[in-house]
Amino acid sequence: MIRALTLAILLLAGWEAYAQLSGIDDFILPAPTEVAAALYADRALLWQNFEVTAAEVLLGIGVAVTAGLACAVAIHLSLTLRRTAYPLLVASQTIPIVIVAPLLVAWLGYDLAPKLAIVGLVCFFPVAVTTLDGLAGVDPDLRKLMRTLDASRLQSFRRVEAPAALPALFSGARIAVAVAVIGAVLAEQAGSSDGLGHLILQAIPQFETARAYAAVVVLSAFAIALFAGLRLAERRLLPWAHRAEGAVT
Amino acid sequence: MPAKGATTIRLEAPVQEPRTVGGPAARGVRVDAVSFSYRSRRGTVHALAGMSLRAAPTEIVAVVGPSGCGKSTLLELVCGLQRPDAGRVEADPAVYMPQRDLLLPWASALDNAALPLVVRGMGRAQARSRARPVFAQLGLAGFEKAMPHELSGGMRQRVAFLRTLLAGKPVLALDEPFAALDALTRAQTQGWLADALASEPRTVVLVTHDVEEAVVLGDRVVVMSPRPGRDVAEVVIGLPRPRSRTDAAVVRLRERALEALA
Repeated sequence: MIRALTLAILLLAGWEAYAQLSGIDDFILPAPTEVAAALYADRALLWQNFEVTAAEVLLGIGVAVTAGLACAVAIHLSLTLRRTAYPLLVASQTIPIVIVAPLLVAWLGYDLAPKLAIVGLVCFFPVAVTTLDGLAGVDPDLRKLMRTLDASRLQSFRRVEAPAALPALFSGARIAVAVAVIGAVLAEQAGSSDGLGHLILQAIPQFETARAYAAVVVLSAFAIALFAGLRLAERRLLPWAHRAEGAVT
Repeated sequence: MPAKGATTIRLEAPVQEPRTVGGPAARGVRVDAVSFSYRSRRGTVHALAGMSLRAAPTEIVAVVGPSGCGKSTLLELVCGLQRPDAGRVEADPAVYMPQRDLLLPWASALDNAALPLVVRGMGRAQARSRARPVFAQLGLAGFEKAMPHELSGGMRQRVAFLRTLLAGKPVLALDEPFAALDALTRAQTQGWLADALASEPRTVVLVTHDVEEAVVLGDRVVVMSPRPGRDVAEVVIGLPRPRSRTDAAVVRLRERALEALA
């Protein structure tokens, strides 16, 4: 942690020195101190747009987790679905989201719906795939044991597979959080009248480059906070998952 | 089901109807001239060919054989997890105990032991109160709330065995239950198992590669051939319990079983 912090400070110092000493225009590359100043000066504007983007990200992740979980469970429990829907699941990830985003905006309008669709689309895959792996990773001997306990398919799922898959669901959600912010910005840039993505898009032609960087800082901080929050929640909710011994999967 | 508050602690009596695989009602375990093969990545594996095994009710039959001789397959057949290609399997309802304890890491020791009761539809509180006396009876008192990672290997195996017992099935299919334990713990846990079975008699098919373990625990030892596995010899133990691995009689019978194995 301390080493990572030291490296970050060194990189920032290098950036600052370059921006100050090379005489580069600050609308091309603002120094970190200028970004910090913009962060403070534009705090009301940034906050207002942050609220919009944060809502899109959180709701989008909600959509993705719900859909990804439902999909993983359905595919896990049904051999037919595994054969028919799994290829579609993989195909959903090959969609070039940058190109599809404006099309979704054209179809769904300028409001929240296309943002949720786009964030949901980029986050859905990691959630579904990691959860599916978690469900399928249960020890075959444990399945045999459950069968000789006369456990039904559903009981086996509820008592063994579902809890065993929770850590995998959390890792999927952590990956999702990282890409959700990117998805939200992309969605806003494809067509929106507010949000940090929109703010960045506007700031650049206005030569407010420091403001654009400030918005990027806010977005990263948000993603890191979500990531850390999920880590914390996982440690609280699934303390057993952090011990090497006794893992079922 | 035993009455609540009964003074003698009895596990749920094995009440299920005998499960028969292609034959009339069985008592204990009867495996007659069974063959079984399965497909693996390297082609068809002939696991068993002409394997026979009998276990009378409450008899402890130890099965020894070289590794890969189809011992685990035999247990799957006894448990009804597989059907034989040829031959017949008749057995009372059996519960499988895998080699590794496979305790659920998110559940306490008591909840792990009570899993079969919950699976049978009992509420958690009722399952716990049903499991608790047996837990104490078998020397696990004080560890009810311990999580699996807090238990030693021997303790985990005891909890796993208790889980097997609480399934309430007349037949226990034990797949090398002590293989993962170190020598000292193994000896202690074997002694514990012998005591547990003395107070809770069941029909046991115990698969092991440890001939000494087979002689110490079994009423009879069945020796299997290399794959495809079949029964090639039988050693009747008939010694009083508890047995020590250093008893002259135990050592002599172990030698006999080893000779049959060679």
